[in-house]
Amino acid sequence: MEDCKGFSRRAVLRAGAVVAAGAGGFVPTRFAIGNTAKVKVGFLLPYSGTYAGLGEAITNGFKLALEERGGKLGGRDVQFIAVDDESNPAKGPENTNKLVTGETVDFVVGPVHSGVALGMVKVVRETGTIAVIANAGAGAATGPLCAPNIFRTSFTNWQTAFPMGKVAVDRGMKNVVTMSWKYAAGEEAVNGFEQGFTKAGGKVAKQILVPFPQEEFQANLTEIASLKPDGVFVFFAGSGALKFVKDYAAAGLKSIPLMGPGFLTDGVLKAQGDAAEGVLTTLHYADALDTPENTSFRAAYRKAFSKEADVYAVQGYDSAQLLFQGMGAVKGDAGAKAELIAAMEKAVIKSPRGTFTLSKAHNPVQDIYLRQVKGGQEVVVGVADKALADPAIGCKMG
Amino acid sequence: MDFWFFLIQVLNGVQYGLLLFLVASGLTLIFGIMGIINLAHGAFYMLGAYLAYWLARTTGSLGAAVLLSLPIAAAIGYGIEALLVRTLYRRDHLDQVLLTYGLILIFNEATRMIWGADVHGVAVPAALNWSIRLTDTLSYPVYRLMLSGVCAVLAVGMYLVITRTRFGMWVRAGASNRDMVAALGINVKLLFGVVFALGAALAGLAGAISTPITSVAPGMGDSVLILCFVVVVIGGVGSIKGAFLGAMLIGLADTFGKVFAPDFASFTVYGVMAAVLLWKPRGLFS
Repeated sequence: MEDCKGFSRRAVLRAGAVVAAGAGGFVPTRFAIGNTAKVKVGFLLPYSGTYAGLGEAITNGFKLALEERGGKLGGRDVQFIAVDDESNPAKGPENTNKLVTGETVDFVVGPVHSGVALGMVKVVRETGTIAVIANAGAGAATGPLCAPNIFRTSFTNWQTAFPMGKVAVDRGMKNVVTMSWKYAAGEEAVNGFEQGFTKAGGKVAKQILVPFPQEEFQANLTEIASLKPDGVFVFFAGSGALKFVKDYAAAGLKSIPLMGPGFLTDGVLKAQGDAAEGVLTTLHYADALDTPENTSFRAAYRKAFSKEADVYAVQGYDSAQLLFQGMGAVKGDAGAKAELIAAMEKAVIKSPRGTFTLSKAHNPVQDIYLRQVKGGQEVVVGVADKALADPAIGCKMG
Repeated sequence: MDFWFFLIQVLNGVQYGLLLFLVASGLTLIFGIMGIINLAHGAFYMLGAYLAYWLARTTGSLGAAVLLSLPIAAAIGYGIEALLVRTLYRRDHLDQVLLTYGLILIFNEATRMIWGADVHGVAVPAALNWSIRLTDTLSYPVYRLMLSGVCAVLAVGMYLVITRTRFGMWVRAGASNRDMVAALGINVKLLFGVVFALGAALAGLAGAISTPITSVAPGMGDSVLILCFVVVVIGGVGSIKGAFLGAMLIGLADTFGKVFAPDFASFTVYGVMAAVLLWKPRGLFS
């Protein structure tokens, strides 16, 4: 069993190095010395399963932004408490309660999965805890379920997909097949695209929805091939995105343009290799954005975590920026909720994605970029939609 | 109903079924022969995939990586049997479930520590990275055909080993009457260790050869494990033949369910399981 010994020793060393770099170590320090208690920030993120990498990137981005600003919120030290949400919607409320009532956190940051977000929203609407959604794009969170204490620094699923509809028509596509996982994010993205596409005069040949998080796509790829569409629009993310793009190419479908929200290639582009060549995506960020903010952010992230930043890291980074501005305005008094929320609403976030503000429904008003994979690189082709705000249908705020 | 469309869907289903069989065969061996419910079986699938990914990057060849990952997976399997599983033979299934569930958590966390939480992909070897055109729109990836071939050869090989060789005879005998086999001078401890290692190697092999068509990520073995249990239960515990039929049934049911009844796609597999168990409560061959 020398094997196992070697493994565990290496793992321990590796883990030690990570903690030393100030990246890992979710062990909350349990000694509050001094008179100012720490600000408690709860992470409700996936640290296992298909979205584990996304949860890690959000956490990293958040901590990086905080470190760059002296590691404090409103002058107070910060204590992190992380809960693995397992991307399991059924456990969403329970896991949120662990943080909100169990640990009495001041802020909840997360989650990735839209289903978990809806569970979280349900809880914080009752407790009034300030929540910053760092990824999940469920429209309802800043739509019918919007609330003064619920903010989002990412996107709505509609926002990342709607602009692609017009792009598809402009590129001469008349018949498009759409496909995604059968869950909130997938359905909202696909419907957002279909809305933009039909508005511009296109026709949807078929909408295919497969159970989440299944990754066995062969049957549906054969179906797509037999439908002979002009284009295919899909929403997939994480390991499912990696697998879909590879399977799509292997099934001989490369001649049909593949489109989707940027999650289709973000963070998995290298692993997709040649299969991703030519894939068109729309997103509120692109790794290749040539702005001073993005360049310095990416360099700092690389230095801190020895890996490349992605859109999820940006969203984590901006979540910390939003809390930093809000807590700065109330000088660290997290109890002054009304002033804190007012300050967060007025925040202007200098994001690596470009500067953005929040809409009345607390969702970013942001540019959506059109990107394409060329020579293994994500290239920014242009802006698909300028300062796009989610319609926030059903939100009574503002 | 287009003939080619139907044919390719059958191919898809058979290929999926063959891969499931490769993972499930090890599970049914351990389950049927040693009476151990091994929840960590999916973890060996994940381990095989990670080893293949890591070795393919170091050696630059997927073939070499797959061959190298086999003995490592087998050795780790043997070690786990000797250290932990050996204590469970005379205990009840609940203890086994508890221990092997703990192993899943340890494996998942260990892979995350060693390889990170990112999703990894392995490129299809250049020689196999093409598709056979069947009609103007439909084609079939060669790598998947090769995969099916490998799985089919292994299935036949395993069947022959279990039914026609001395080793297979010991294994079957050890399963039905352990004390008698020990009395005849066969080292049952070693025999069971080897069977467990073999099961781990089979799962590892399935993980390793499927890396080009799947994503390598922590926890990737969990969903596979559930399907494997379905396959084993349908086929009848301990039966290689049953596991093969069960896997084919599940692969085809899942594929056709997705195309013809997409709204029920998430439970076609369980519907098939329920139907089989109503008809044969102990599985097809038990």
